[in-house]
Amino acid sequence: MSRRTYHAAAIAAEIAVPLGIVAAWQLWTVHAQDPKFPRLSTILVQFRELWLFSQFGLHVVPSLERIGLGFGIAVVLGVALGIPLGLSRWGRILAMPHIEWWRAMPPPALLPISIVLLHSIGNRQKVSFIAFFCLFPVLLNTIDGVRGIDPTMIETARSYGLRGFARIRRIVLPAALPQIFAGMRTSLSLAVIMMVLTEYFSSTSGVGYVLLISKNTFQLAPMWAAIVLIGVLGYVLNLLLILVERRVLAWHRGWRAAAAQ
Amino acid sequence: MSASGAPLLEIENVGKMYGTGAKATHAIADVSFALDDREFVCVVGPSGCGKTTLLKCVGGLLRPTRGQVLLRGKQVNAPPEEMALVFQEYGRSLMPWASVRNNVLLPLRHKSLGRRERKALVEEALEAVGLTRFIDHYPWQLSGGMQQRVAIARALAYQPSILLMDEPFASVDAQTRGDLEDLVLRVREEFAVTILFVTHDIDESVYLSDRVVVLTHAPTEVKEVIDVDLPFPRDQLATKELPEFAHLRAHVYRLIKREQAEPAEQELATVTTATKGDRA
Repeated sequence: MSRRTYHAAAIAAEIAVPLGIVAAWQLWTVHAQDPKFPRLSTILVQFRELWLFSQFGLHVVPSLERIGLGFGIAVVLGVALGIPLGLSRWGRILAMPHIEWWRAMPPPALLPISIVLLHSIGNRQKVSFIAFFCLFPVLLNTIDGVRGIDPTMIETARSYGLRGFARIRRIVLPAALPQIFAGMRTSLSLAVIMMVLTEYFSSTSGVGYVLLISKNTFQLAPMWAAIVLIGVLGYVLNLLLILVERRVLAWHRGWRAAAAQ
Repeated sequence: MSASGAPLLEIENVGKMYGTGAKATHAIADVSFALDDREFVCVVGPSGCGKTTLLKCVGGLLRPTRGQVLLRGKQVNAPPEEMALVFQEYGRSLMPWASVRNNVLLPLRHKSLGRRERKALVEEALEAVGLTRFIDHYPWQLSGGMQQRVAIARALAYQPSILLMDEPFASVDAQTRGDLEDLVLRVREEFAVTILFVTHDIDESVYLSDRVVVLTHAPTEVKEVIDVDLPFPRDQLATKELPEFAHLRAHVYRLIKREQAEPAEQELATVTTATKGDRA
């Protein structure tokens, strides 16, 4: 098989399998007539009615805002805390048990207390909640990335008198960036989960809220439409992050390829 | 430069011990020698004799456990701005995320220089090592020898008076190695730098230097300092065909060979005592 036919076949397979699943769903649901599993056509009609675009501003935009803010805060905090902890052995000795303790906490366990402590079921609580749980993958990956920097690189920086902030900006941060991005990818999928969770638990808007209302009113089609939307959101967000990563870390791919030779 | 006639760089009774108590290893016992302005001194010794450790002590990256390093009479406690270090592992000392230009620029960013001055220094240094065309490449797009030339350019752009080089050509092929040796001799003239060059290659040490410092095995001391009176400019063929070259080379070789024969017995002795110690 030539390279081109191989690529064409790979892309065709990638598209064919989801199409097959969707077709199978439609065939089966038409046959089964089960209200719990509405037909694909019904779901798609519902999807269009809900999200394209009558309720988009009302429910999708707030959800996206919460994901964006929570994830953004988590990344900034994770890197800002991770770099000093990665550089300081004593910092790690003091902080790691606490990080491990909070990280092991199941998110739903903190939902009630987050509402009480923040006096809010609005954006303040949602964004803080998302940020809190998205923090850990970024934080731990930053610490690891900083610890993993080649000692020769640090010695080079030292011998050229690169100190303090300049060393962090020019050496530590770029060297740890590939791992920071790995943490960000984990965090982003967590952000979608946390968004749905907080909105489902208590809110007046958002995709999770639509899920809750349709459950309470036994409307299966909007529920499925919300599930489809959440899937699409997660997929697209991850894709966007990968595109950013490819740009920012273009050197890393080239470098690894060169090292592998 | 030194009006008093004192040497530019003095290594005075430098010793380095790792660890403490029973587990302590004595890497360097007592090493002293000095470099005059614009001198080229090579340090050779049997493998594992702490050449790199010594160079790091000189460069202020490691603190000697005894003795001191004096630069223009002042003790070196941290990497001085007057020195630049070229590492053996160019692949790990160049920043893979930065272009050749930015790698050379890196140590200049915190120097109080104008934009234009910085740019000029970078370009001048890259021209000296013949890499002007590759200024916008990434280091990993270049061959090993070219990468080491980037590292040399970075050191030169820093405008040091002393260049410390730690087995810089140990991982390039023989042909490239010869080219790089001649490059170092040339930039030494062009940039008027003093060079302290660590190598395990005896030919290289004689070919490059004004003096060769031969070290003993660990715990390291200076075995002998040999003046190299070969004429400059040196030439890979003509210089190496001189009878003096062959003579010096053989002399250094014999010194090191003799050093390497001894530690085998010593190591054996330490192993035996260590096993006894464990049982006790």
